[in-house]
Amino acid sequence: MTPVPIPAGRVKTLKIDGRDVSGYENQTILEIARENNIHIPTLCNLEGLDDIGACRLCLVEIKGLARLLPACVTRVQEGMEVLTDTERLRRHRRMVIELLLSERNHVCAVCVSNGHCELQSLAQTLGVNHVHVPYRYPRMAVDATHGRFGVDHNRCILCTRCVRVCDQIEGAHTWDVAGRGVEAMIISDLKQDWGASATCTSCGKCVQVCPTGALFVKGKAVGEMTKQREFLPYLTLMREGEK
Amino acid sequence: MTPEELHELAQAHLEADKKLSHCLFVCGAAACLAARSDAVIEAFQAAVKARGLEESVAVKNAGCMGLCALGPLVRVEPAGVLYQQVTPEDAGAILDGLGGPPVERLVCPTDVPFYQRQFNIVLENSGHIDSESLDDYVARGGYAALAKALTAMTPGQVVDEVTTSGLRGRGGGGYRTGLKWSTVAKAPGQKKYVICNADEGDPGAFMDRSVLESDPHRVLEGMAIAAYAVGANEGYIYVRAEYPLAIKRLADAIRKAQRAGVLGNAIMGTTFSFQVDLRLGAGAFVCGEETALISSIEGKRGTPRPRPPYPAEFGLWGRPTLINNVETFANVPAIVRNGGHWFASIGTEKSAGTKVFALAGRVVNTGLIEVPMGITLREIIYDIGGGIPEGRKFKAVQTGGPSGGCIPQQYLDMPVDYESLAQVGSIMGSGGMIVMDETSCMVDVARFFMDFCRTESCGRCVPCRVGTTHMHTLLTRITDGSATLDDLALLEELCEMVKQTSLCGLGQTAPNPVISTLRYFRDEYLAHIVEKRCPAGVCRMTRAPKEVAV
Ligand SMILES: Cc1cc2nc3c(=O)[nH]c(=O)nc-3n(C[C@H](O)[C@H](O)[C@H](O)COP(=O)(O)O)c2cc1C
Ligand code: SF4
Ligand code: FES
Repeated sequence: MTPVPIPAGRVKTLKIDGRDVSGYENQTILEIARENNIHIPTLCNLEGLDDIGACRLCLVEIKGLARLLPACVTRVQEGMEVLTDTERLRRHRRMVIELLLSERNHVCAVCVSNGHCELQSLAQTLGVNHVHVPYRYPRMAVDATHGRFGVDHNRCILCTRCVRVCDQIEGAHTWDVAGRGVEAMIISDLKQDWGASATCTSCGKCVQVCPTGALFVKGKAVGEMTKQREFLPYLTLMREGEK
Repeated sequence: MTPEELHELAQAHLEADKKLSHCLFVCGAAACLAARSDAVIEAFQAAVKARGLEESVAVKNAGCMGLCALGPLVRVEPAGVLYQQVTPEDAGAILDGLGGPPVERLVCPTDVPFYQRQFNIVLENSGHIDSESLDDYVARGGYAALAKALTAMTPGQVVDEVTTSGLRGRGGGGYRTGLKWSTVAKAPGQKKYVICNADEGDPGAFMDRSVLESDPHRVLEGMAIAAYAVGANEGYIYVRAEYPLAIKRLADAIRKAQRAGVLGNAIMGTTFSFQVDLRLGAGAFVCGEETALISSIEGKRGTPRPRPPYPAEFGLWGRPTLINNVETFANVPAIVRNGGHWFASIGTEKSAGTKVFALAGRVVNTGLIEVPMGITLREIIYDIGGGIPEGRKFKAVQTGGPSGGCIPQQYLDMPVDYESLAQVGSIMGSGGMIVMDETSCMVDVARFFMDFCRTESCGRCVPCRVGTTHMHTLLTRITDGSATLDDLALLEELCEMVKQTSLCGLGQTAPNPVISTLRYFRDEYLAHIVEKRCPAGVCRMTRAPKEVAV
């Protein structure tokens, strides 16, 4: 793991899954868990981007609290007792994956990201071998108007990593979300063709951060779309240095 | 205007009113307006002119008088007579009858439980003042509470008074208002904001709209007092664009209050300044959620974000922000004027004061009511509401809209307060109250609310976005006869999951209508699924397998 600049602040000690750990007060439960090799599944989180707590995979139990809290945005507190892998959490996480798989058309066998897909690998590690909820099979578009990249909305899980990397790292804000509920869609500019976008710099960062095969480089066959994400922590580190 | 001038204005206005022999209050709020009360006002004005009575009879464009279903309503003072379903043609007859016995065929009796059982704080001025007149509001003690706070109390004392009152948020959550105010007051930072949440999105609810249309200054005064208490100088009212009359009245009230020096710079000659601006919501239910609302004011997409940090600490533009509901603010002037102890003596120990409800559905009297907390559901439905029409049987009452639940017969004698409602699986909510009788199918009701949540979900978090959609699909299967018992089990599993894992209140409470109907009316679900029959005869069961269909 890349070295993180040391955040200022007071040190807190807490328990995660029974282990005594410590962290700075402005660090999140997820960061501290990762430092200690405690694995919490995530999807909308990506190191280097602001967290939005949207996928709900990282929910953890906190002793004395009825509510479940997302580890990616919850700051550590003194004496906190965190449980990351209870039966209830595992059940909820499996359901999150089932909901995502049923929402659009995730047909791994014909997907460019088959074998390199975060949704697919989460389904495997979390033990989702059957989808109990009704599939929606919506009709979704594919936008192949961009010269080098394409977006296949059938595979999009609305994690908004592309939106955030484009806004927060590239500074272009080409992507955003339109519509609400299951009708929500990732759009480029004001819902124009990607190829016609006046703001897109064709940097390809969105493609690299997309966890599934929704954003892809053209010309890849099934299973060929691997993604490079190392640039993100590197870029963040360089920016910190400039400050 | 200094506090002394304010007092003089009130006195002068009262004197002027004494010279009048009669005052006619015509309701000009949305429901009566829809029944053409504007034409009634014009007819009265013309008739007064024709008779040369301008000196002795005033016609006022007043606020809501409660019995909206019988509008347009007209109140004649000082006789205290209320007329219902008044048409422009009736104006002459009513005017000619002034001083004599009332026009019998139009009289709406007010010595009935509908009025007698109510207790008005928030609505105390509704229907008693001209909604567009600052002078009328001042004459009834308006802005005196703000004057008292600014000249005789420290901000800390104001917070204490609100804490003593026991007032709790009327926007649905019931969070202690005093505690919220003191948190914002203590939050570090020079710049703070006060926001009034007037997004009122619950289907069928119109409490806040009515307050804003009938008595807009009351909300402004409450906000100004709050701003003084927490140390804010800027405020926003986030009001949904579907309320054009409320917006017009608010804009007008802000202008008049600024001109009179009770809002704006150096209020009442003190060093305290408070500017209020309107922001219009574009009709998304989720924008009533406080963090989504703030995001919308900031010009971003109206989606909630995880809390903590709460707006009290990190709100609008990252500053400490006090956000309260319209009705919450509307209670504040009365609390400051009469003291926290007075307010705490009304209602129950843990739920002080009154609550405004929009009574709807299968009851005789529908409309807007304000009742003391602790009143029973039976009193509301049978005394105030006049019972179920056509001799039908009561089945359930729904409170809290899409976040609430259905309360069955056996709890009719339960007091209406935050804790009791929560205990039986519903919530106080913002004040929607829908009465259902035997002709309502509880599965269909649950499906209606789920359809609402599904389309209003912002789509940010997975459980709410996809979960509500699937729950709606499963409920539709039940109502069209194609569901199996496995579908029911899956529905219950999703209820639990969506409730526990959603990001904001919308998703967390979306399963409530299903959970509560399953708790009390499971037999109805089973009749649909197993017998392929809708006991209330509402669902058409079009996809039921032929052999068991009845
Ligand atoms: C989905 C959702 C919709 C809401 N809509 C409203 C609303 O229309 N009006 C309102 O005052 N509060 C609404 N709330 C509650 C607000 O988030 C907030 O708690 C409230 O405005 C605080 O004011 P109070 O303490 O005076 O009740 C809503 C909450 C949720 C989760
Ligand atoms: S619970 Fe629903 S409305 Fe709230 S953030 Fe999640 S998707 Fe949006
Ligand atoms: S990783 Fe925390 S909610 Fe998605």
